[in-house]
Amino acid sequence: MKNSKVFTKGVLEVLPLLIPVAPFGIIIGVIGIELGFSPLMVYATSLIVFSGSAQIVFFQLISGGASPFVTLTSVGVTNSRHLLYGAVLSEHLEGLSSAWKIFLSYFLVDQSFALSNRFFKENRSLKNKHYYLFGSGFTLWVTWQISSLIGIFLGSIVPQELGLSFAIPVTFLSLLVHEFRKFDHLLVIFISGLLAILFYEIPFKAYIIVASLVALLVALIITNIKFKKK
Amino acid sequence: MNWILVFISGLITYFLRYSMVSLIKKDMLSERTRSLLGYVPSAVFPALIFPAVFLDNQGFLVQYYDPKVIAISIAFLIGIITKNLIITILSGLISFWTILFLL
Repeated sequence: MKNSKVFTKGVLEVLPLLIPVAPFGIIIGVIGIELGFSPLMVYATSLIVFSGSAQIVFFQLISGGASPFVTLTSVGVTNSRHLLYGAVLSEHLEGLSSAWKIFLSYFLVDQSFALSNRFFKENRSLKNKHYYLFGSGFTLWVTWQISSLIGIFLGSIVPQELGLSFAIPVTFLSLLVHEFRKFDHLLVIFISGLLAILFYEIPFKAYIIVASLVALLVALIITNIKFKKK
Repeated sequence: MNWILVFISGLITYFLRYSMVSLIKKDMLSERTRSLLGYVPSAVFPALIFPAVFLDNQGFLVQYYDPKVIAISIAFLIGIITKNLIITILSGLISFWTILFLL
């Protein structure tokens, strides 16, 4: 297969996944503006950070007066799930030059990972399979830039009374939708949520980190119990 | 200051992505660690969801019949039933606005 053909395949197959991505990008733009950030800075986060959940954590903590350390740690904890993908993708991309790896890493988000992982497994011997990740990731990137720009524009005309900031918790809730039927996940979810409320008033807005880490500790216990049973 | 934080946040996020391409090899993460990382969204996101729904601007608990509480409960139920991301978001927002403006 030609490079361009593999690239196009990535572009086409990511299209259905854009349905949740575009509205999320719009919400990011609106929220950033509603929380008082300049349009330029809101857009800069879409360009530089390029990660919806991290961008929201960033806006919410900075506007709430969190310290830099707490903000950065929270961003790190939020995106630490990316480490999970390492085990899977690196074996397929091992042969690439460092330049390709540095370049492709920027486009590696949840959706492009999920698709590429499947494609790489089905086309193990294909030499230019990384063009698939490039195609799907680049499409996601373009969608993200455009939708957050639309959101930034909307954010300056949508009235505050609409209460659009409620879109934040709803969006995050929807990202957990596949865990709702798993008891172990529900336990972790409710422990994290209740602790966040309990520790909301502690200094530096550290409640996100405290709640996340304690909930992860519970997850660790659950994991250990699971592995003991095996 | 905020600009510096934007750049550092970008670097952290990029580095986490780059590490999955280049640094971390299959045998570096035990199955146990991978299982634990699978819980990260469930551990992090509720810390953002709960205060935004159950606390008001002053940090006090809202009433159980607050529009946000009702709307998020509806979205949660719809999420359990449909397992669909978009429908969950829409059900939450639509019920929120319905309560806010129509009732």
